[in-house]
Amino acid sequence: MKNLTYIDAVCEALNEEMTRDEKVFFIGEDVDVDGGVWNEGVGLLEKFGPNRVVGTPISEAGYTGLAVGAALAEELRPVVEFMYGDFIHCAMDQVADQVAKARLMFGNQAKMPVVLRLCACGVGTREAAQHSQQLEAWFAHLPGFKVVMPSTPEDGKGLMKSAIRDDEPVVFVECRNVYYKEGPVPEGEYTIPIGKAKLLRPGKDVTLLTYGYACVHSMTAAENLAGEMDVEVIDLRTLKPLDMEMILESVKKTGRVVVAQEAPGMCSIGSEVIKRIVDEGFDYLDAPPVLACGKDVPIPFAEELEDYATLSVKDIEDALKKAAIGL
Amino acid sequence: MKDQLIGFWKWMRIIRYFEESAKELYRAGKLKGALHLSIGQEAVPVGVCAALRDDDKVLSTHRSHGHYIGKTHDVNGAFAELLGRATGCSRGFGGSMHMFNREKGFLGSNGIVGAGIPIAMGAAFAQKYKGSDGIGVTFFGDGAANQGTLHETLNLSSLKRLPLLAVCENNGVAATTLTARSTAHQNRQLLAQAYDFPGEMVDGNDVEAVYAAAVKAVKHIRSGKGPYLLDIRTYRCEPHCGIIRDTRDKSIRDYYLGEHDCMKMLAKKYPRIFTAKTLEKLEAEARAVVDTACELAQAAPTPDLEQFKVDFGV
Repeated sequence: MKNLTYIDAVCEALNEEMTRDEKVFFIGEDVDVDGGVWNEGVGLLEKFGPNRVVGTPISEAGYTGLAVGAALAEELRPVVEFMYGDFIHCAMDQVADQVAKARLMFGNQAKMPVVLRLCACGVGTREAAQHSQQLEAWFAHLPGFKVVMPSTPEDGKGLMKSAIRDDEPVVFVECRNVYYKEGPVPEGEYTIPIGKAKLLRPGKDVTLLTYGYACVHSMTAAENLAGEMDVEVIDLRTLKPLDMEMILESVKKTGRVVVAQEAPGMCSIGSEVIKRIVDEGFDYLDAPPVLACGKDVPIPFAEELEDYATLSVKDIEDALKKAAIGL
Repeated sequence: MKDQLIGFWKWMRIIRYFEESAKELYRAGKLKGALHLSIGQEAVPVGVCAALRDDDKVLSTHRSHGHYIGKTHDVNGAFAELLGRATGCSRGFGGSMHMFNREKGFLGSNGIVGAGIPIAMGAAFAQKYKGSDGIGVTFFGDGAANQGTLHETLNLSSLKRLPLLAVCENNGVAATTLTARSTAHQNRQLLAQAYDFPGEMVDGNDVEAVYAAAVKAVKHIRSGKGPYLLDIRTYRCEPHCGIIRDTRDKSIRDYYLGEHDCMKMLAKKYPRIFTAKTLEKLEAEARAVVDTACELAQAAPTPDLEQFKVDFGV
């Protein structure tokens, strides 16, 4: 194992995959200027040149369309960056009507091996309503995508490599709050399979399902309540397809479930996870599942307001206590 | 040259018959969904595609039958697709607005106005990426010219000198809104100037002029000089979609189906080639091609539902 920041680990994934397969290219705003605004592409331009590290004007729809055409024409494998995940809205027709639908519309004769990289999502850095969103549920709802959301350097690298190798489009949602945190990363070649969750903390009383930066809050909440209950924490990592096998295995053991997410609850990943548990594991449940989530409001700027609107450790603790009633 | 002119006429006639046959089936309730006919505009795909190779990549619009046939000559696959059959060019999964043929370089029509434009830029990018002198071609209407995607594409492809041919099929109307009411400046060719590459305006019902302009444009693009724009003036003689109401001036339609019809113009210019006897023979050939496609499509199986379930995990 070695220690890397999340952003360096994902950059290493790009570097390795671009070395392995010359069909992989990296495109987005400023990715060819000083390693990108997040330092997400340090060294790539120098190694692979401007034909494969493609800096673009501020034209999200244009360069996303470019990626679609490159995939259709020559089965190139673009990694398409949105400097902030929020900016993907400017490209939503290309994303929702082209990337997601090409394989079906064209009679299963077209591959769409495109990675849509939503950089710097999430709350907590006081960047206000248009630079703090959690959009993962949008893409999970649209038929045609896989959706991953890593929370550690190891998973970021391994999932990026799997996303690039996947023949179907993968939406790769990133949390700004983990970008510059170091963590252990295996030496040498490895991938993390899409569709597999990860056990963060074993426990026997309550299952706490979470993903993204909410994993950090969730671990804190689980430790804080360690005297009252033994919480099992699972990082979903892949949001579509969900790892129902691991989820149900845990619920079968604990009989109690909390889902913790930064995104608002309406039509969200958490509501879907709970629906699936009710569908497939109702008999395992000893108490109603509980969702801890962000509030149903755009993210405000002022610290007091943002903190109120977003998921806190206390929110997760309250949810765990509610789920544990009668334990 | 004679053979080429005869080929132009015949393929324009095939496209016209194709559209007329589709309209007939639509009226009879045998063809479902959206149907955007290109009657009157046949010289544009025929003239432009004659200047292209199989490995050049075309992206088209919702009004794509002519572009598809012009690029691929696959009339059977096109007709079967309109009827949602397994033998369709998109295996019946796409329909009229989502035709596809990788071998012949047709990378999709598109139901979203303006969406194919940046995708064609990507096809152009991929040709340059792999070191080929192939090009990407986008057909788009004057309505799509008001989408942001066009402006993003013209800027980005000029900036990166991508091998893109942008063909504005300027038929004077976007759905039902006349261009004069939708567009501040009527000369789309000026867009090329705005983004620092060449453009040209062409009479889109003069197939020879379209072809000559396309040849010149393609030569420029293949030489590595970047994109080129053609503002091709033509007229859509049918309503926007299906058989909806059309309140445009009938006399203009009569002009474009009369003295300014693409086939009539060509035949009139070369009376020694297009004798009454030759025209009769070509008519019969074109009719036979379309009738065969229509019959084959109607007899073809529908898509395999069980395979669909497997392919898409549903």
